[in-house]
Amino acid sequence: MVTRLQKPPKKNPQVRTRVPTLPSHYRSRSALFMAAAAAEGRFMLQVCAEPDCGSVQYPARDACSCCLSDRLVWQDVSARGKLIATSTVRTSTNTYFRERTPWRLGTVHLEIGPSVMCHLHSEVVVGSEVQLINRLDKSGQSVLLALPMEKAQLQEDDMQLRELTCDPKFRRILITDARNPNAYALAKSLLEAGASAVFVGEAESWRPYPDRAKLESLQGVELVSLDVTDTSSVQELAGEFGGKVDILINNARFVRPGGIQGRGDVGFAMDEMQVNYFGMMRLAQAFAPAMAGRSADGVNSAVAWVNVLSVYSLVSNPGFGSFSASNAAAHSLSQCLRAEMASSGVRVVNVYCGPTEDEWHQPLPPPKVPAGALARELVKALQAGLEDMYVGDIAKDIRRKFMESPKVLEKEMTSLEAL
Amino acid sequence: MEALKEKLANPVELLSSALLSGDVEVVDLTHTLDPDFPVIVLPPEFGQCARFRMEEISAYDHRGPAWKWNTFTCSEHTGTHFDAPIHWISGRDLPNNTVDSIPPEHFVGPVVVIDCSEGSAQDDDFELTPEIIAEWEAEHGRIPADSWVFMRTDWSKRRGAAYLNMRDDGPHSPGPTPDAIRFLIEERGIRGFGTETVGTDAGQGVHYTPPYPAHFYLHGAGKYGLQCMCNLDQLPATGAMILCAPLKIKNGTGSPLRVLALVPKGGR
Repeated sequence: MVTRLQKPPKKNPQVRTRVPTLPSHYRSRSALFMAAAAAEGRFMLQVCAEPDCGSVQYPARDACSCCLSDRLVWQDVSARGKLIATSTVRTSTNTYFRERTPWRLGTVHLEIGPSVMCHLHSEVVVGSEVQLINRLDKSGQSVLLALPMEKAQLQEDDMQLRELTCDPKFRRILITDARNPNAYALAKSLLEAGASAVFVGEAESWRPYPDRAKLESLQGVELVSLDVTDTSSVQELAGEFGGKVDILINNARFVRPGGIQGRGDVGFAMDEMQVNYFGMMRLAQAFAPAMAGRSADGVNSAVAWVNVLSVYSLVSNPGFGSFSASNAAAHSLSQCLRAEMASSGVRVVNVYCGPTEDEWHQPLPPPKVPAGALARELVKALQAGLEDMYVGDIAKDIRRKFMESPKVLEKEMTSLEAL
Repeated sequence: MEALKEKLANPVELLSSALLSGDVEVVDLTHTLDPDFPVIVLPPEFGQCARFRMEEISAYDHRGPAWKWNTFTCSEHTGTHFDAPIHWISGRDLPNNTVDSIPPEHFVGPVVVIDCSEGSAQDDDFELTPEIIAEWEAEHGRIPADSWVFMRTDWSKRRGAAYLNMRDDGPHSPGPTPDAIRFLIEERGIRGFGTETVGTDAGQGVHYTPPYPAHFYLHGAGKYGLQCMCNLDQLPATGAMILCAPLKIKNGTGSPLRVLALVPKGGR
């Protein structure tokens, strides 16, 4: 039985905020492939590529446990199995688990062969069919958790599962840019997902924008003054609200078409860097420390930092070449932020988006990502506990090609036909 | 005693002593450079006016233990600012059309103030017309040649979105008609024109012929503009002078600046 998650009471100002602790993070380099799969929520294991072997490996290793071949290939495999044994940890020398006991563990016999030790959802019992999910834990490493085959009532409220996800339920969100056409859809989706408050940063209130009235009409939305290009504004908001931001969604974006020679100056490029790169840095300098300090703060602990990036952060789209470059810089900075946030357990989520349905991509042919789709996928990533999410057919296509060969993708994107 | 009289005959010393005695008061016509102060908004595919921004270099800390200083950035046309003739296409080929080449004596001079605050309170698109100028002259006398003319609207008292007053069809704020600005230049030979709004032209100035007539005619005639000023309600209709030296930027088209007015005591 899942215990229903209760809306957290107001914070007791006399109680020290719990300092974040982490589960064990030591893994072999081979096991990092599993963490990479977990980042996208994929269940992958090594499979022996020897034609007469083909055995599935667990845990990750360098040579086949069956035939000693080193031709082990990471593949998406079936996550189904049977829970054959369970155990409940009631005390632990590890501080992280010590604070979270009782903690259920179990052994699942996978239908593809191996038996694995994993965390358990409270709805699974010995002898039942289960499906495993591969997720990142607070230390950023891959762990497995057994879920019931059919989605349970209040499944997401399960404590062990919630430790792996960044569920917006009962959490307070900051969306950094009210002027982005996706702000309304994001705020609405997050509220529908159970967020207790959505703060939306508004720059230049002296200048109207179309969605202001719609945003204001949403119950639970509060417009706050924030301009990511203005350090004092970012610092001021962090000073006031930093301790109330459980999930930060950086949707601030400056985009104009054009690359290098067509523009003839660095004006828009500077704006792109100011918003897309320096904006993220200012936000991180101001908000990340408070979030890192609150990552074990109960039901509404600080849990995720989300960057909405262009998928062209991975490879230049010369038609939007300067914008791509600013996103490449932002993408690199997000990796730095991941490293800096690792000790807190706050997850840095990158949402890679294809061309969006907005005024700057208006002459582009479809498929384009509508705001509603971005919002839906972003919330899904938080609920599922993912670290990387690709939104839209183009983003998914670029991802596939990037994983296959970054150089071939570059050749394709920068060919004579590309512009 | 004779020597003292002679000494006081020096007009600068007369002015200094009037400043010291309070017989001449200094009025600041400048808004604070603030990151959130409105700037002119153009269609987004055009280049935009950079907002005022400030980044700390150090503040008595590991970046510099005993000193505090900042880097600021902005456009030449951010905040209370000066427009040089080169700012507009009509003035691009004039001699001495940049802030660094304008003769410095042009930055100090007399100012007359035409009070349009009542009309502007009733009509966001209030126009300064030749008729209003004629009425003003009937009361205060002819506008002296080579003086600044300020259009007082009390627009500087507006805050937030009311300042640009941007609607779907663009901003709405008062300004001069093409005829009015031509009259001031051609018939009165003014040195420059100043406003409290974001530009020397009306919010809807693009719809005049020519578009943005104040910019077009003023700068085409080698005249100057001052905009985003405040405290014009503290100036007398005549009898004040201003100091308005822009930063000496090489080939600069304008500059944020401090505009100060010298006002005879009781002359407000």
